[in-house]
Amino acid sequence: MAATTATVRRARRAPPAVLRSFAYWLYQYKRTWRGSVVSTLLNPLIFLTAMGLGLGTLVNSSAGGQRLGVGYLAFIAPGVLAATAMQTAAGEATYPVMASIKWVRTYHAMLATPLGVRDVLVGHLAWMTTRVAMGSVAFFLGMALFGTLQSGWAILALPAAILTGVAFVTPIAAFAAAQESESHYASLFRFGIMPMFLFSGVFFPLAQVPGLLRPLAYVTPLWHGVDLCRGLTLGVGLTPAGAALHVGYLALWAAVGFWVATVTFRGRLVR
Amino acid sequence: MLPTDEPYIHARGLTKRFGGFTAVDGIDFDVARGEAFGFLGPNGAGKSSTMRMIGCVSPSSGGTLRVLGMDPVTDGPRIRARLGVVPQEDSLDLELTVAENLYIYGRYFGLHRGLIRERAAELLEFVQLAERAEDKVEPLSGGMKRRLTIARSLINEPDVLLLDEPTTGLDPQARHALWDRLFRLKQQGVTLVLTTHYMDEAEQLCDRLVVMDRGAIVAEGSPRQLIERFATREVLELRFGVDDHEHMAGKVESLADRVEVLPDRLLLYTDHGDDALAGVHARGLAPASALVRRATLEDVFLRLTGRTLVD
Repeated sequence: MAATTATVRRARRAPPAVLRSFAYWLYQYKRTWRGSVVSTLLNPLIFLTAMGLGLGTLVNSSAGGQRLGVGYLAFIAPGVLAATAMQTAAGEATYPVMASIKWVRTYHAMLATPLGVRDVLVGHLAWMTTRVAMGSVAFFLGMALFGTLQSGWAILALPAAILTGVAFVTPIAAFAAAQESESHYASLFRFGIMPMFLFSGVFFPLAQVPGLLRPLAYVTPLWHGVDLCRGLTLGVGLTPAGAALHVGYLALWAAVGFWVATVTFRGRLVR
Repeated sequence: MLPTDEPYIHARGLTKRFGGFTAVDGIDFDVARGEAFGFLGPNGAGKSSTMRMIGCVSPSSGGTLRVLGMDPVTDGPRIRARLGVVPQEDSLDLELTVAENLYIYGRYFGLHRGLIRERAAELLEFVQLAERAEDKVEPLSGGMKRRLTIARSLINEPDVLLLDEPTTGLDPQARHALWDRLFRLKQQGVTLVLTTHYMDEAEQLCDRLVVMDRGAIVAEGSPRQLIERFATREVLELRFGVDDHEHMAGKVESLADRVEVLPDRLLLYTDHGDDALAGVHARGLAPASALVRRATLEDVFLRLTGRTLVD
């Protein structure tokens, strides 16, 4: 009556459905991982070099540089950490979603199996978050190398950056699935991502922005991510209450985005 | 397990609406275990909507549907675990290899790595793609991609295989290669459900079929029964000058049981095509071409709907 090891292995419970759809994204990444890992590691180094040695030297020697209170590189690096998470999120949550709906039809292949819409969605969101985390870790290592981590709390900037990415991943995926075609994605980048990148306190303090426009920046999740990351790596200008507010606001975007995504994915995939 | 006499698929009054448009309008059908069952009809007849409801990826808007004795609304994942699906549009990952496509699809079913590898080897042998196992999918021909999709759909050893327009867009040689594989599956006892707008495909593969038009079933039976019921044994096709067909129809009417006027030819339905052709000549008529052939499902469809299948 002894079962062979093979049958024992086969009888083993299958992994949860969400993991099975996540496994696809992990699996397909192996065909591009070399180029992807190289660029993920190199980009922060190039960026930090240009900003630190180039622009940073110029700013630090100016009157404005004195007003910042810290070196320019140390000022913008945590901002760019958060902004990179946003940009990775936007890249991963737009075209790959449309490809999975229309071009490669990956979602449809999954849905013909026991996987359901929620499994498909959560698996892909988990993968997008993984990509955000990879980019954030690489940038964080670069920041350490350039000596921009100036506080004992600095390590917490890493989960803060990932949370910032998730606050973009879910609403952008929700938006991406609601579109019939990819034609509006360019508008999202042009009128959403780019202005946020420039005006959410990444490159200069929000005090430089005209007072009337400042509330606009406060509404964007990116400013909250930037302020949180910056407070953690510099160790100044962030109260526990302020940090809690930032975390709560980012989590709210992530949660509402997820809820809307379940609706738009269902609307798009179950017809 | 199902009692052996319960149909694998059971539909009564099955309906699918998209907004104000009714794609499937209250259809009834049963598919028995081991049967090869077809939905024949032109584009837009509601075949694919029906298939998507059976495949538990599209909820019905009304009526009853049971698949493998279960309700698609509550048991979707359990039903899908026992279905194989060959969709109308390919959903292969073009940048993965042939073997990797089978592997990742098997994983969706939660199958163990070793089991997938075992089955993949057999299935690639079956669809004659074994030597392409390590090649990327992208450069494969349309026929090879379809065969791979069929292999993929069998990775979970399904009880029912759903094929939506399996050979649309393939060249004749690739179609025949595919039919040959499907015929073997049928002989192995796999229950096949397929949609097609090719009457030769329906005739070759289906034990029983329903003819669909505008969301409704207009006839049901085996290909032979349908032809016997709705057509004659033979058909005489006559081509005259482009504008003469309507006029000529009157002159040959009495030679056949029934005459259909198409834009480019006349169809004379009769059990004795050669006699009818002799009659045409005896009346001094000189068609540009004349052909006697056996009646097909195309004729059945024309009779039932007044339209041709492929336009």
